[in-house]
Amino acid sequence: GCFVFKPSPKKKRMSQKAAIDFRERNNESEDAELRFVTCQSLWNQIKSETEQIQEDLNKQLFDNLVGFLRRSHSERQQKTTEWTCQMKSREIPTAALVLGVNVTDHDLTFKSLSEVLQNNITPYIALLEAKYCAGIKNLMQKLMGQLMNCYIDVDSLEDEDYVHISQNRIRCSMTSLISWYESVTKKIDSETPSKKRTSSSRHWQSPPVVVIFKDMESFTTKVLQDFIVICSQHIRELPLVLIFGIATSPMIIHSLLPHSVSSLLCIELFQSLSCKEHLSTIIDKLLLTAQFPFKLGGKVLQVLINIFLYHDFSVQNFIKGYQLCIVEHFYSQPLSVLCCQLVDAKKRVNSLSHDQCENIRRLPSFRRYVERQVSEKQIALLTADSCLKETTQKLLEDLHVYHENYISVLRCLHVFTSSLPKYPLGKQIRELHCACLEDQVWETEEYESSLQLARMLSKSDLVTMLQQCVEIFVSSSGKEFDKTVEKLKEFLTQFQKLEAEAFQERDVSVSSQKELQKKTDLYHLQKTLLELKESRRSKKLTKFEMLRFEVVDYIDSLVRNYLVPADHKTLHEIVYFNTASVLREHLNAAPRIALHTALNNPYCYLKNQALKSDGGGISNKAPDICIVYRLHLECGRLINLADWLEAFSTVVMAAEGPNADAASSDEVDDIIHARFIRAVSELELLGFIKPSKQKTDHVARLTWGGC
Amino acid sequence: MPNLEHPAYPAATLLQLESLVPCRESQVSMLLSIFGERQQFSFPSIFIYGHTSSGKTYVMQTLLKTLQLPHVFVNCVEYFTSRLLLEEILFQLQSCSSGTVQNSHMSCDTLNDFVRLFKQAVESQELQDQTLYIVLDRAEQLREMEANILPAFLRLQELTDRNVTVVLLSEIVWELFRPNIGCFEPFTLYFPDYSIGHLQKILSQNHPPEYSADFYAAYINILLGVFYMVCRDLKELQHLAALNFSKYCEPVVRGEANERDTRKLWKNIEPHLKKAMQTVYLREISSTQWERLQHDDGEPSQLKGLSAHTHVELPYYSKFLLIAAYLASYNPVRTDKRFFLKHHGKIRKTNFMKKHEK
Repeated sequence: GCFVFKPSPKKKRMSQKAAIDFRERNNESEDAELRFVTCQSLWNQIKSETEQIQEDLNKQLFDNLVGFLRRSHSERQQKTTEWTCQMKSREIPTAALVLGVNVTDHDLTFKSLSEVLQNNITPYIALLEAKYCAGIKNLMQKLMGQLMNCYIDVDSLEDEDYVHISQNRIRCSMTSLISWYESVTKKIDSETPSKKRTSSSRHWQSPPVVVIFKDMESFTTKVLQDFIVICSQHIRELPLVLIFGIATSPMIIHSLLPHSVSSLLCIELFQSLSCKEHLSTIIDKLLLTAQFPFKLGGKVLQVLINIFLYHDFSVQNFIKGYQLCIVEHFYSQPLSVLCCQLVDAKKRVNSLSHDQCENIRRLPSFRRYVERQVSEKQIALLTADSCLKETTQKLLEDLHVYHENYISVLRCLHVFTSSLPKYPLGKQIRELHCACLEDQVWETEEYESSLQLARMLSKSDLVTMLQQCVEIFVSSSGKEFDKTVEKLKEFLTQFQKLEAEAFQERDVSVSSQKELQKKTDLYHLQKTLLELKESRRSKKLTKFEMLRFEVVDYIDSLVRNYLVPADHKTLHEIVYFNTASVLREHLNAAPRIALHTALNNPYCYLKNQALKSDGGGISNKAPDICIVYRLHLECGRLINLADWLEAFSTVVMAAEGPNADAASSDEVDDIIHARFIRAVSELELLGFIKPSKQKTDHVARLTWGGC
Repeated sequence: MPNLEHPAYPAATLLQLESLVPCRESQVSMLLSIFGERQQFSFPSIFIYGHTSSGKTYVMQTLLKTLQLPHVFVNCVEYFTSRLLLEEILFQLQSCSSGTVQNSHMSCDTLNDFVRLFKQAVESQELQDQTLYIVLDRAEQLREMEANILPAFLRLQELTDRNVTVVLLSEIVWELFRPNIGCFEPFTLYFPDYSIGHLQKILSQNHPPEYSADFYAAYINILLGVFYMVCRDLKELQHLAALNFSKYCEPVVRGEANERDTRKLWKNIEPHLKKAMQTVYLREISSTQWERLQHDDGEPSQLKGLSAHTHVELPYYSKFLLIAAYLASYNPVRTDKRFFLKHHGKIRKTNFMKKHEK
């Protein structure tokens, strides 16, 4: 993997304290408490939904793995007497699990994997990470520690004596592991069946010991080799199974292990779903559904998707970003109290305070709406709260209906655009979704060209697409689509009719062809050919072509009706989160620029009035490192330390003013000298300079220009 | 062919031993003459080396077991620290002759302790009148341990003043072991590689009970014809032989050919073995998958090997960052500014560039 491992973030529990934070910023009247509760319940819903999705997506992979583990074990037990089995060398069954480069997501996968294995196959699972296994000794320690603890987890507290053996006292060797395994399996055997029926029926009598290498690429070759060699010596006594977690490609096994070692393994490959497909599913289930009231605006969604595609491929980070959007929305938008299920929202509208009503009146989309009304209505909306509440309820309902319709029509349009050559509107539905949120999609060039392409679709394609659309509309929750479905079905029957007619027509055309083939003189032939050509040129569109135009026009009208961008809708601010800049600030950090600002303009972070620089001068009140940094910006590639020190002392001495002038001789004060050296070494630590061997008493600058 | 002869051991045992170690008779008789009789002191340390799977471990194990000589057998890879190694030797020593495993866990941190405990263990177990053999497999690992371990093992007889012989097994020559400070020179013995004739003989020895020895020998002949060029590892060959034998028997089982129909059988098995060389032998697909394929009569092409999945998907920027880093690693440091900065100023013509313009 090529990613930085972030230290696992301590889940910041949104506790009561957070609720208080919500309240402090915005005053009590804006329903901070309610917003907080809504936010939390919404996030919990979404979280469980994503977990469910992930479970479903991994199911296939895990099922395969479980099957593999079962097989690897049972074959070993059944036919030990057979000739081939005696002759064959016992290989260690190994699963190569290719998980993709998004290493940050692997933890979760392994966690659920070990859960699945624990439930289905064996209680003996060890998860090894390269950073804790620098040598074979550490690896064995970790392995044995995990295995012997897991035994305690499974059995109840009866085996006190096992608990008390501290890790240091156990000899870290395979022999002690084997004797442990024997004692454990024997114990399970000897236990009365009635007592432990459930657990022993889940696992076999001698369940395999599964060792998972989480990040196989990071292990040193020697450790892996030694471990495999040791294991292969004892495979008869200890049914080991290895699982290699691989981020890049399975070829890495062969490049890490020499043939003499890899020949001890019996490797089978398992591949997880690609993370892009994973993301598509998440977007499909989280964003393109009317289930959740909260929506992402076009720009915000674009930011999240870009981070995924351009930076990390991590679905977890995508979900984290989504969570951030939710929290930010509920925190910053007072009206987000209405961002809940429609029924609740209507109730909440009734109990809105006057301030909140004013908030609604201030919404730009609402103002636009008011301007469109007749003057009496305008006055009523702007002055009477009750009238406003009534209208708000209606508008919210409109918005809800809009969402339901939007999703169905979007899917329908995607059916059409995803099969066009070159995909003018994008291959994935998320691209189409972004385009529709961004602007009125029918005004874009891409839409125009895709319509043109759609007008050239073949009949069979059109028919299958129409059938798909019918399915989408039938299964959608929107109520307005009965007519649409009818219309689409009508198209379909017309196509069928055409087919029947086409048979007859073909007969006609065949007959005319036959006429041509008849013996004629040259003149007649020329004449008939000309006629044919003429008729073809001026020929009116065939019935099929007419119908095709009709279908495309109909789809176009659907798009124009239903795929209006969200920010044209009144009250969209309540449910749409649109401040992409906040998100970018949080997720796309720019450390270089931040560092430069901090050093160049310390006021920006320290907020000390004395530091407020006017013009380009260097304040002597600034921290030493800032002064040194500012001075070094003026130098070239090599910096003379003596000159630098002198400049530094000049700047610092300016503080003391004219009375210090007398004292400042050629000698630089020791304290200033020390301060300078400390500041310079800090700069070196930050990577701005490094000692140079080209000239004595010079350091080399490692950055160019002033950012 | 030298028949094994030694006055100290019964002829029947020797005959049995000879049948167990084909093609290694000369080495075994050499070892026997060094060992001498049970109570005689033998050479203090013996160093045996030879290529992978030239029978070092197997010969030592069978020799010691068949003749029922008291011995300790330790793999140095498995006991990776000196402490583990010494403790394991003592542990095996305790259990080897007395038969009852004592639970008392002794800790042995240094060689000094080891020598003391070793003497105790030997004395308590009436081994004084027999030579005790300590075999250290994969002895090259000893070089990684403390500097005193290897020299001490080489002269363990002298240090403990007991009848003990240390046998070191390794794949590399003694010259690579010799410490700078010098040490006791062990008796070195070389195990040469098995020739193709040897391999043929050894592999044909274990034929399956359902088929005649000649039939199996013919199969081994074909197998070696295909694999001998790439693989001389006995273990691996045996594994491959077992994997593919059922396919070889197929025509016989179906009744299309009899056991003597060598040509037909060859035609049947040869492409199959070639395929095996490209897949199973390289561990592209695992042996269980290979067996399943044979069983279902499927084409191996359905199963993609490990190397078929070489494509790695990377995020957009990561991809370009990698490429850029790779390219930049070929640039001199001074040119970074020119290549990566937008406004890097004028490019001065260097002498190098001028030279090329001419």
